[in-house]
Amino acid sequence: MSKNKKTVIILLIIAALIAIIPIFALPGAEFGGSDDAGSQVVQEISPDYEPWATPVLENAIGGELPGEIESLLFCIQTGIGVGIIAFFIGRFYERKKLGKTNEEL
Amino acid sequence: MSKKQKKLVVVAAALALCFGIVPTANAMHIMEGYLPPTYCIVWGVICVPFLLAGFFKINKTVKENRRALTLIAISGAFIFVISSLKIASMSGSCSHMTGTGLGAILFGPSAVSVLGIIVLLFQAILLAHGGLTTLGANCFSMAIAGPLVSFGIYAICRKTNVNRRVGIFLAAAVGDLFTYCVTAFQLALANPSEVGGVGASFGKFLLVFAPTQLPLAVIEGILTVVIIIAMESFASKELKSIGFLKEAAK
Repeated sequence: MSKNKKTVIILLIIAALIAIIPIFALPGAEFGGSDDAGSQVVQEISPDYEPWATPVLENAIGGELPGEIESLLFCIQTGIGVGIIAFFIGRFYERKKLGKTNEEL
Repeated sequence: MSKKQKKLVVVAAALALCFGIVPTANAMHIMEGYLPPTYCIVWGVICVPFLLAGFFKINKTVKENRRALTLIAISGAFIFVISSLKIASMSGSCSHMTGTGLGAILFGPSAVSVLGIIVLLFQAILLAHGGLTTLGANCFSMAIAGPLVSFGIYAICRKTNVNRRVGIFLAAAVGDLFTYCVTAFQLALANPSEVGGVGASFGKFLLVFAPTQLPLAVIEGILTVVIIIAMESFASKELKSIGFLKEAAK
């Protein structure tokens, strides 16, 4: 295995651990969004502050976005990104494999 | 940038400065409706010159070098992926990363502002995350302030001959953290405490964001290093063409 491969694998394991450990270390924690935590602090500091706008989508459907739909939309966002990255890295990879490193893409 | 484009950026910057004198406030991914209208407008106007400069910069880069387009696409897609991943943190709440470090290192901070605002728009309209009224403020913290810091840190690391990968890691991680500091500051300015004013609020907001964000900043640093390793191994030609890798360097 090349040095780069090892580095990448070790780095990815560390990243995964950082993301996973809290879930086990803090059973019962809510893991709400820190954005919402931000809203709570706003309420705390200025209790009579009324948000003066609501998200467009919530306006359109007249209520909060259901959690499942929200995760669907987040997945779409991830999917779009991963698709683009994978497509280009894949093309680069093939180019190298075919020994045409100097060819334009 | 042509003369006309330069003029446009300067005019926009001057306008932004005028607005900037007005005392301001705001935070990262501030929720829709949580900033008073004046602040929304002020932050929006401040972003305009950066966005214009970024737009022209991308235009110019692509015109000179079509190959750069793939790398710009990857940088943008990287922001898409990274900022959609909500990750649990030791503080017991979730947050997500920004992903803007990669683009800032490769293309400079102005280009990232354009990529960043695309993601923010997507999230504000489709995900009810962030918001259209707070777009300017969010854009400033995530797509302008954070990348500027990333870019600066990477430049310093190159100058002082710090290992390239350590430099990339630091740049991405600190840029991510700084984004949330700016967010805390933006929220604090809009919501000064009765006791202690803006400073006290700033501390409070920072306490909410910082502990959550710290481990995520580390992850962001790691992922940025990983994707750059991948690019170095397979796309060194493109990296050279945008001046990221030196011709001689292997």
